[in-house]
Amino acid sequence: MATTEVRPAAEEPEHLEEIWEDDPGIPGFFSTIDHKRIGKRYIYTCFIFFAVGGVMALVMRMQLAGSDNTVLSPGAYNELFTVHGTTMIFLFNTPVLAGFGNYLLPMMIGTRDMAFPRLNAFSYWIFLFAGVFFYSSFLVGSAPDGGWFAYTPLTDKVYSPGLNLDFWGLGVAFVGISTTVGAVNFIVTTFKLRAPGMSLNRLPMYVWSMLVFSFMVIFAVPSVTLAAGLLELDRLFGTAFFVPKAGGSTLLYQHLFWFWGHPEVYILFVPAAGMISMIIPVFSRRPLAGYLWVAASLVAIGFISFGVWVHHMFATGMPALALSFFAAVSLLIAIPSGVQFFAWIATMWHGAVRFTTAMLFALGFLLVFLLGGITGVMVAVLPFDWQATDSYFIVAHLHYVLNGAVVFPIFAALYFWLPKITGRMLNERLGRVSFWTMFLGFNLAFFPMHILGFLGMPRRVYTYSSGLGWEALNLVVTLGSFAFGLGVLLTLINAVVSHFRGARAPDNPWGADTLEWATSSPPPDFNFEAVPVVASRHPLWDQQPLPVADSGIDDATRAFGPAGAHEHTTPITGGLRAAPETTMRIPEPTILPVVFAAGLAVFVVGLLVQALVVGVAGLALGLLGLAWWVWRIGEH
Amino acid sequence: MTATSPPTVQTVIVAPPPARSRGRSVGWWGMVVVIATEGTIFLGLLSTYFFLRASSPRWPPAGVELPELQLISVFTVVLLASSIPIFWAEAGIAAGRQGTLRAGLLLSFVMGAAFLGHQIYEYTQLSFRWTDNAYSSIFWTTTGLHGLHVLGGLLISLVIQVKAWSGKLSAERHVSMEVFSLYWHFVDAVWIFVFASLYLSVHLR
Amino acid sequence: MSPLRHTAVFAWVLAATLALAACSGSTDALDAHGSESRHIAGLWWLMFGLAAGVYLVVGGFIVLAAVRGRRGKPVGSRISPSMFIVVGGLVVPTLILLVLAVVTVTTTDALRKPSHDALRVEVQGERWWWEVRYPGRQIVTANEVRVPVGQPVEIGLVSDNVIHSFWVPELAGKVDTIPGQRNVLRFTAEKAGTYLGVCAEFCGIQHAHMGFRVIAQSPGGFERWAAEHASPPLQPESELTAQGQLLFQRLPCAGCHTVRGTEARGKAGPDLTDFTSRATIGAGAVENTPQNLARWIQEAQSIKPGALMPDLTLSGDEVAALVSYLESLN
Repeated sequence: MATTEVRPAAEEPEHLEEIWEDDPGIPGFFSTIDHKRIGKRYIYTCFIFFAVGGVMALVMRMQLAGSDNTVLSPGAYNELFTVHGTTMIFLFNTPVLAGFGNYLLPMMIGTRDMAFPRLNAFSYWIFLFAGVFFYSSFLVGSAPDGGWFAYTPLTDKVYSPGLNLDFWGLGVAFVGISTTVGAVNFIVTTFKLRAPGMSLNRLPMYVWSMLVFSFMVIFAVPSVTLAAGLLELDRLFGTAFFVPKAGGSTLLYQHLFWFWGHPEVYILFVPAAGMISMIIPVFSRRPLAGYLWVAASLVAIGFISFGVWVHHMFATGMPALALSFFAAVSLLIAIPSGVQFFAWIATMWHGAVRFTTAMLFALGFLLVFLLGGITGVMVAVLPFDWQATDSYFIVAHLHYVLNGAVVFPIFAALYFWLPKITGRMLNERLGRVSFWTMFLGFNLAFFPMHILGFLGMPRRVYTYSSGLGWEALNLVVTLGSFAFGLGVLLTLINAVVSHFRGARAPDNPWGADTLEWATSSPPPDFNFEAVPVVASRHPLWDQQPLPVADSGIDDATRAFGPAGAHEHTTPITGGLRAAPETTMRIPEPTILPVVFAAGLAVFVVGLLVQALVVGVAGLALGLLGLAWWVWRIGEH
Repeated sequence: MTATSPPTVQTVIVAPPPARSRGRSVGWWGMVVVIATEGTIFLGLLSTYFFLRASSPRWPPAGVELPELQLISVFTVVLLASSIPIFWAEAGIAAGRQGTLRAGLLLSFVMGAAFLGHQIYEYTQLSFRWTDNAYSSIFWTTTGLHGLHVLGGLLISLVIQVKAWSGKLSAERHVSMEVFSLYWHFVDAVWIFVFASLYLSVHLR
Repeated sequence: MSPLRHTAVFAWVLAATLALAACSGSTDALDAHGSESRHIAGLWWLMFGLAAGVYLVVGGFIVLAAVRGRRGKPVGSRISPSMFIVVGGLVVPTLILLVLAVVTVTTTDALRKPSHDALRVEVQGERWWWEVRYPGRQIVTANEVRVPVGQPVEIGLVSDNVIHSFWVPELAGKVDTIPGQRNVLRFTAEKAGTYLGVCAEFCGIQHAHMGFRVIAQSPGGFERWAAEHASPPLQPESELTAQGQLLFQRLPCAGCHTVRGTEARGKAGPDLTDFTSRATIGAGAVENTPQNLARWIQEAQSIKPGALMPDLTLSGDEVAALVSYLESLN
C-alpha cells in the first residue's frame, strides 16, 4: 500500500552521520570498512602505480629512441620492462577496476555497503602491502628482471640467483589474495544485497560485467598463484617442477601462467566494456541497445576466454593439430566482442550524442579497441602468429587492447564518476585537451610498432643496431609515448585541481539513469537512507518519483527504511526478483583487516629473506588475525 | 567524506515488498565461492600431476618407492568420517542442542587431528624428499597444501568450539558453524581426489 | 577538431609512417624469400585487406553514429538496433572468421611438412649466441646457418639453458628452443642471399645481441662451403699468427672455444674454426673487424655487458698476435 507523500530530505541527517562515519584521523584511516572510502583509496593508489609504471615506459622509450643508445644498461632496461608490465597488470589495471567496482557496485544495486565490509578492507591492505613489497625490491637493488611473465628456466635459481625473481613470485602470489577476496565480495554482494525488484535482467550492465569479472577471477587466479607459487618452491625450497633434468617441465610453467594470463586480459576488458555500456547510453540520451545481447556476450567471453590460452604458446613446438584447435577458439571469441561493439554503435545511432569528455574517451576507446581487436584476430591465425609473436607487432596489439581498450574506459569513468565521488566537476576544456593529446599520442606511439614487428624487431630488447632501418619509427614511437604521457598528466592535474576548486557537482550532472545518481555528490556514508524499490533497468529515467521502501516490522524488511539506516544495517534480498529475506548488520570499523594483512605481509617477507623467525612471526600474527575474525563473525 | 546536502531526486515512500523465506547467510555463500577458488587450486595441482606424469617416460621416476597404502587408507576413512559429526553438530545447533554441537565439533576435531598426525608421520617415512624430482615435488606439495587446509580447519574449529562452549551460538544464529561445516566437507572432498590421484591411480595401470 | 578532420590528420600520419618504413632493412617479414614466409606474407595481405575494409566501414559507422544526432534529437533510421547487432556483430564477423579459419587450416597444412631429402641442421640456443651443427658432415659453427637454395631444410632446435627463439623473418616464422625438448623448423629458401635472424624470446641480459644469419647459396656453392669447412684449418703462415695460436691455447681461450684440428676443445663458447667468415663478433654486437676483435678480446664486457666472455688483461703484442691468429681462421 503506497503513500503518495513526497519527502525530499532525510530526517535527522546529523545523527545518521554519526552512526555511519569513521573515527577521525589515523585510527579511522586504518579501521575504515566503508566501501566508498576503500574504493577511493584503491583508485588513488592505483593511479600512483600507473604514473610510476608510465614513467618507466618513458625512460625505456628514451633508450629505444635511437640505435645503440646508452641511456640504460641492459640490466636496468630489463628491470624496467619487467616492473612496467607487472605494475600495469597487477598494480594498476586489475585493482583500479576492482576499486571502481568497490565504490560503484553497492550504489548501483541500491545497498549501503558490500556483503563483507571487513573483507573489503582486507583486500585493499593486501593490495597495498603487495605493491610496497614489490617495489621495495628497488630499495635493495634487486628489482625483478625476468619479464612480466617470468618464464622458466630463465627465472629459476640457476639463471636468476638474486632476490629479484622472489620479489616477483611472492608478490604475484600475494596480490592474488586481494583480487580473489574482492571477487568473492562482488559475487555475494550482487546476489544477496540488491535493492528489491532489481532482478538479474534489470542489473546495470556494469554490474553484469563485475559479476563476469569476479567469476573469471575465481577460476583463473589460482592458476597464476600456482605458476608463481611453484616457481617460488623451486627457487626457495629446491623442488623440481620446472627442471627438465629432474622430470619437471618447462612448458608446465607456461600452461599454468597462461591459463590465468589469457582470462586475465578479459578480466580487464570486461569491466571496461561494462563502464562503456553505462556511459554511451547516458550521452546518447537513450538506453543501451540490445541489453540481453550485451549481457550474454559478457558471459560468453567469460567462458570462451578459458579455452584459448595456448595461443600465447604457438611458437613452442606443440603439434599443429592441438594448436589449430586453440586458433579456432581464439577466432571465435571475436564474435561476442563484435556483438557488444555494434550494440554500442546502435545505441549512438538511434540516440543523440553529447560530446562530453567522458564520451570522447568512450569514442576513442571504440576506435582503438576496433584496431586492437582486429590485430587480435590476426594473431589468432596460427601461421601469422609464427611471424608476429614476440615481435613488436604483439607489443602493438597488447597495448591497443590493454592500454587503449582498458585505460580509455578508465579515463572515461574518471570524467563520468569523479563528480559523484568527490562532489566536484572536472574541467571539461582541460578534459578535451587531455583526450586529444592522449588519443593522438597513443596512436603515434603504438601504431608504428606494428610495422616494427614486420621489420623483424623482437620484443624486450634493450637496444638495436643501426642499419636495420628501425630508428625512424622508434623515434616516432618515443615522441608519441611522451605525448600520451602528457595527456595523462593533464587529466591527473585536472582531477587534483578540480578536487579542490572544481564546480560543485549536482546529484546527477549527466542526467543518468542508475541508482548511484540518486544520492548527493558525494553520497552520504549510508548511501541510501531508504532503499529504492526497482521496477526498471533505468530507475531514474522510468521511475519518477523514485519509490523508496519504508521499514517493515519484521526481520526481513526492517532494514529497508530509515530505521535500518539508524541501526547500521542493510537488507538482504534473494531470488530472481530480489525479494526481501533478512537484515544484515554492518560491522563496526576495526583494525582487524589491516592486522591480518600485515601479518601475512610479514610472513611473505620472511619467505623472501628465508628467515625462520620472521616467517613464523608473520604466520602467527596472520593466524591470530584469522582467529580473531572467526571469533568476531556476527552470528546472524 | 560526508554528505553536503540531501539528495534532490524526488522520492516517494512505499511499503516494502513481500518477503520470501530466508535463504542461506551471506557468509555461507561467501564460503561457496571460496571453495570454488580453493578447489580450482587443487584442480590445478592435480592437473600438474597428470601433466608431469604424461610428460615423463617413466612414472614414478626410477628409484622412487611408492608410498604405502595400508595406513593412509585407514586414515582416509577417518578423515572422511569426520564429516559425520559435523553434520550432527550443525543439525544439532539448528535445533538448539548445544550439547550435540559441542560434542560433534570435538569428535570431528579429534578425527581431523588424527589424520593430520598420521600425515606428519607419513612424511617422515617417505622414501623421497620434495627436492628429489618432479614426482616427489608434486606429491609433497599437493598433500602438503591439503594438510595445511586441514590444519587451518582445525584452528578454526578450536575458535568455534570456544564460542560454542561460551554459548555464543544459538538455533537462530550460528553462521560460523554453517560456514565452517561447509569448509570442512570441502577439505574432505578434496582429499578423495588427492588420494585417488596420488596414491591409487599409479596402481591402476 | 571534429572527429572527421581528426581522421584525415591521422591518415596522413599513417601514410608518412608507411613511407618511412619502405626504406627498411633486411629482416623484413614481408620481403619473403622462404617458402614459409611467402605463405605467411600472402596470408597477411589477405588479412590486411579484410582489416582495412572492416576498419573503414565500422569506423565510418562509429563516426556517423556519433555525429548524426548532433542537433540534439535522435534521427530516425531504417537500420534497427537488432539489425546492427545481428548483421554487424554476429553475421558479418562470423563470415569473415570462417574465411580466416579456413585459411588458417590450409596455410598451416602447407607449412613445416617433413621431407625425405631435407638438409638437416641442428641449432642450439646458447647465452647469447647460436651453435650450429651439421650432423653427418662434422661441421660446427656459430651464428650462421648456410643452406642451399631450393632444398628443404630441417632445423632441429634445442637448448640446455633457457628458452630462446629462432627467428629469421624473411624465410620463416619463429620456433622456440625449449630445454627438455627438441623442436623442428622446416622451410625452403627460395632465393640466394643473406638473411638476418634474431632471438625472439627474452633470454636474459644480452637477449638483444643474439643475432644470426642464414646464408642461402646455390647448391654448388653450398657444397663448396661444406667441403672447405670440413677440411682442416691451414697452418699459421706468419710468426705472429703462430704466436697467436700458442697464446690461444695457453690462455683461457682454449678452455671455452674450439678450433678444429688444434688442441683448443672448449665447449662453453662458440666454435671459432671459421671465425673470419663471420660478419659479426658477439652474435651481432659489433662488426667483425680487427679493431673490434682487439677490443672484444680485451674488454668484451664494455661491448656486450653480461656476456660470458670475460675481459682479459693482455699486452699489446699479445693482442696483436691473437688477432692475427683469429683473423687467419677460415
